[in-house]
Amino acid sequence: MSTRLSNAQIAWRAAQDIEDGAYVNLGIGFPEMVARFQPPGKQAIFHTENGILNFGEAPPEGAEDWDLINAGKRAVTLKPGAAFFHHADSFAMVRGGHLDVAILGTYEVAENGDLANWSTGPKGVPAVGGAMDLVHGAKRVAVITDHVTKDGRPKLVQRCSLPLTGVGCVTRVYTSLAVIDIENQRFVLREKLPQLSLDELQAMTGAELVVPDSIGELIAPEI
Amino acid sequence: MDKTVDSLATAVARVEDGMVVMIGGFGGAGAPIELIHALIDRFVATGSPGKLTVVNNNAGNGRIGIAAMIDAGMVAKMVCSFPRSSDPRAFTERYQAGEIALELVPQGTLAERIRAGGAGIPAFYTPSSYGTDLAAGKPVAEFDGRMYVQERWLKADVALIKAELADRQGNLTYRKAARNFSPLMAAAAGFTVVQATRVVEPGTIDAEQVITPGLFVDAIVEVGNPQQEEALIRAGVAYP
Repeated sequence: MSTRLSNAQIAWRAAQDIEDGAYVNLGIGFPEMVARFQPPGKQAIFHTENGILNFGEAPPEGAEDWDLINAGKRAVTLKPGAAFFHHADSFAMVRGGHLDVAILGTYEVAENGDLANWSTGPKGVPAVGGAMDLVHGAKRVAVITDHVTKDGRPKLVQRCSLPLTGVGCVTRVYTSLAVIDIENQRFVLREKLPQLSLDELQAMTGAELVVPDSIGELIAPEI
Repeated sequence: MDKTVDSLATAVARVEDGMVVMIGGFGGAGAPIELIHALIDRFVATGSPGKLTVVNNNAGNGRIGIAAMIDAGMVAKMVCSFPRSSDPRAFTERYQAGEIALELVPQGTLAERIRAGGAGIPAFYTPSSYGTDLAAGKPVAEFDGRMYVQERWLKADVALIKAELADRQGNLTYRKAARNFSPLMAAAAGFTVVQATRVVEPGTIDAEQVITPGLFVDAIVEVGNPQQEEALIRAGVAYP
């Protein structure tokens, strides 16, 4: 058994919590993968902030319509019941509390729910896009991420050191090792890989984990 | 009433040095390439209009459109949310050389500032950016137990946008996700210029289907079979 979930398996786990009929925004990049793992019988409606509800998969290469793109500027298709709208309506959906779930990637997430996912510091050209809007208003703001950085440092921390995207906004974190809720400014462990001890998990986490009496096993299919 | 004009050059004639110009589009979807290139043609021929402030979600891609405006040296400042792209060289080089200013605005805040500009709302409060570097120096206030950041309206001298259908009175429809910022910009600019793929007689567009009412539109030029920014970039096209 692998010692950590792959990105696809993290995306699979996040997808299991999306209810049938939920309105969902997936951040560009890694979070887009969540759409591939919707459980049978559960059909989410995906929102892209550039102005489409109910878009589907990418068209075959050569069949792209570049007026039909998602926020990552990739070509998409429409599902029956799709709608177009302008940007003010699109962000009214976001900030107005009309989305059920937003799933985002991150550099760091803190135990107080702060998220840092837009800037790694002052170098280069700053670019924020819709990140600072998406963290406000969705009923659940979830993060999917490796548990640690490529060089082994915790991505779940007491306080973010990178520039913040939003304050106190994250409600759940799906990592390569665990599923963790943020409640009362604490990381509350819900599931962990069965082969991983609590001490091992805590050692890779930059803030104290609250461990309830009952925690689940994080088991994802081979993908 | 007939708001159509007979050439791209006439359509963009109102843009002058130092103006704020809103340009529709999100990436390549909705980018009014022919209007932008007409503006570049005039700058290359006459040295004007320069020192422009350009409002767009992005800051140009490749060597066409807004990127070509930046390359030509017409743009003093970009107001945008995401000045990166598959080929952001034009903006990045000027920015790193200190030759172009950047006002970075969260995407939803950018949209709402433009909406507010068109709606006569000088300021509003949004949760976006509260507690972040992009809220530095802005007033904040608490409403019902949550903190919000005050943002100001954003208006322009001229807007350049791309529509699918326009009737001669300026009623517009858009194509798919090319709508994005354009209806907001049409309202927020003192003078709104539209390139439409097809110009039709009033009454041709069902009143139920009009997205931008003609009141917000000042000049229309027909550009049949318009160029698509993403397709040009993939083909490696440079302008001029």
